[in-house]
Amino acid sequence: MQTETNVTTAKDAIRPARQSRLARIGKELNRSKHYYLLMSPYMIIFFLFTVIPVVLSLGLSFFYFNMLEFPRFVGWQNYSRLFLNDDIFMIALKNTLMFAVITGPISYFACFVFAWIINELSPKVRAFMTLIFYAPSISGNVFFIWLIVFSGDSYGYLNGFLMKSGFILEPIQWLLDEKYILPIVMIVQLWLSLGTSFLAFIAGLQTIDKTLIEAGAVDGIKNRWQELWYITLPSMRPQLMFGAVMQITASFAVADISIALAGFPSVNYAAHTVVTHLMDFGTIRFEMGYASAIATVLFFLMIGSNKLTQKLLRKVGE
Amino acid sequence: MVYRWMTAFRTPKKLNRSFTVSFMLFAFLAVFGAFMALPLIYAVNNAFKPLDELFIFPPRFFVVNPTLENFYDLFALMGNSWVPLSRYIANTLLITIIGTAGHILLASAAAYPLAKYRFYGSTALFSIVVLSLMFSPHVTAIPNYMVMSWLGWINTHASIIIPSLAFPLGLFLMKQFMEQIPDALLEAAKIDGANEYRIYWSIVMPNVKPAWLTLMILQFPMLWGSDGGSFIYSENLKTLHYALGQITLGGIARAGVGAAVALILMIVPITLFIISQSSVMQTMATSGMKD
Repeated sequence: MQTETNVTTAKDAIRPARQSRLARIGKELNRSKHYYLLMSPYMIIFFLFTVIPVVLSLGLSFFYFNMLEFPRFVGWQNYSRLFLNDDIFMIALKNTLMFAVITGPISYFACFVFAWIINELSPKVRAFMTLIFYAPSISGNVFFIWLIVFSGDSYGYLNGFLMKSGFILEPIQWLLDEKYILPIVMIVQLWLSLGTSFLAFIAGLQTIDKTLIEAGAVDGIKNRWQELWYITLPSMRPQLMFGAVMQITASFAVADISIALAGFPSVNYAAHTVVTHLMDFGTIRFEMGYASAIATVLFFLMIGSNKLTQKLLRKVGE
Repeated sequence: MVYRWMTAFRTPKKLNRSFTVSFMLFAFLAVFGAFMALPLIYAVNNAFKPLDELFIFPPRFFVVNPTLENFYDLFALMGNSWVPLSRYIANTLLITIIGTAGHILLASAAAYPLAKYRFYGSTALFSIVVLSLMFSPHVTAIPNYMVMSWLGWINTHASIIIPSLAFPLGLFLMKQFMEQIPDALLEAAKIDGANEYRIYWSIVMPNVKPAWLTLMILQFPMLWGSDGGSFIYSENLKTLHYALGQITLGGIARAGVGAAVALILMIVPITLFIISQSSVMQTMATSGMKD
C-alpha cells in the first residue's frame, strides 16, 4: 500500500499540466479496480435481491398492480386505504408494535443478562450453557414442538398438567382463544430469540480489558452494578449496538411463528402481524401495489426504531 | 452436585459475591436453562417413542421403551411415496452446501477490500449493507418474486441459493473480523509480488477461518430449514422441511414419523454449532457496530 502511494505522488509531481477532476477519478477507479472486481459478485446479487427490491417496493406502493395488467398510478391511495380503511391492518400494526415493544426489549435484555451470568462461569460450563441457550434459535423449525405443549385437547402438555393438578377441568383451546394466542406466540418468539446477539454479547464480555476493571476498583467502583454501568457496558457498546439491530429487526418480523402456531389467518386476526398482512395481499390476493405499501411502512418502522435505539444506546455509561 | 456447579462461578478478584447471590444466580440460570432446553429434549425423546407412548394420557415427557420404529416407518413411508425421502434430503443438502460455501466465498471476497482499503464508494457500500441489517427480507419479498420471474428462476433451486449468497450479516461479520488482520502482513505479501487476488486467497482467507465457521453457523440453519418458500412448486425440487410439513399434516397416525424428521432437521445445525463454537465466539467478539 505504502509503496504504491509513493509512486503515484512521484508521477503527479513530474506531470506539468493540472489534471481534470474526471481524470483523477478515473485514475482512482483504475487503481482500485481489483477491489471492485473482488466485490462484484457479492454486490451484484446484493443489489439485485436487496437494494433494487427496496426501491422497487417504494415505487410500486404508488401503483395499482395485480401482476397481470400494466401498473396504474394511484398516488397516495394505497397509503390512505391502509391507514384509514383497513381495520385488519390496524390490528396487524397493533400486534407488531406489541411485539416490538414487549419481545424486542425483553429479548434484548435477556440476551444480555444471560450472557452476563454465563460469562462468569468456568470455560467448560460456559460453553455448555451457551449451547443450551443458543440451540433453540438454530434448531430449524422445531418450534412446532410448542404446538404439542399448547395443544387444545387433553393430550397437550399444558392442558394435561393443569387438568391433572386440578386447576382446570376442561382443556383450554390455547391457540384458538384470542386471549391466549398473542402471549403464546410471544413466549415462543422469546424462546427462539437468544440468537446472534446473545453470542455477540458473550464474546464482547470476554474481550473486556481486565485492567480496566482493576483500574475501576482502584478508582472507587463499589459494587457490581457500578462496574456494569461504568465499565462493562461502555466497553461493549459496539456489541450492544449490533445486538439491538438484530433483536429489533427480528421482533418486527414475526410471521412464521405466528403462522405455525396460530394459523393463517389466526382466529379473529389475534396473531396477525404486519408481515402476515403483507403475505396476505402479496401472495394470496395479488394486490402487489397495496402489499408494497405495507412493505414500505414496515421498512420505515424497522429503520426508524433501529435509528432511535442507536441514539439511546449512545447514552449508555454517561 | 449443586455445589460443584456453583463453584463454577469464578469469584472475581475485587468484588466478591455472597453465597446467597451465587445461589440465586444459579437458580435463575437453571430455571431458564430448563425452559430453553426442555422442548428440544422433548423433541429428541419423541423421536424414539413407540406410538403407544406418544399418545399416553397424561402425556409423558421421557421415553420409556426407546425404539427406532419411527425412523424405519419414515423410510418405509417415504420410499413408497411418489418422491422418495432421499430426494428431499438431496435437495436440502444441495441448497445448503452450495448456499453456505458460496456465501462464505462471496462475502469474504467482498469483505476484504471493504475491511482493508478506502476507495470510491467503499464507505457508502458498507453503509448500505449495515442499513440492510435493519430490515428483514420480508420487506423485499414482493419485488423479489418479480425479479425472480424476470430472471426465469422460479421453480429452480437458484431462487433459494443465489439470494442467500448475499446475506448482509455475513459480509458485516466478515468485514469486522478482517479488520484485525495486521496491515504489515498484507504489505509483506505485496512486496513479495502477490496481486490482490493472491493476497485474498492465500493470506486473508487462511487467517479468517473462525469467521468462515461463523458464517456457516448463521447461514446453514437458514438454508437447512428452508421450505422452498413461494419459489419452488415442483415436488421433486422440494426440501426436507417441506416434507416434514407434509408428514405432520398426515395427523395423528404420522406423529412418530414427524418426530423423527424433526430430530433429523434439528440435530444437524446443533452438532455443527458444537463443533464450531469456539471459532464462532472468536468472530463474534469483533461483531461490534460503530455509530
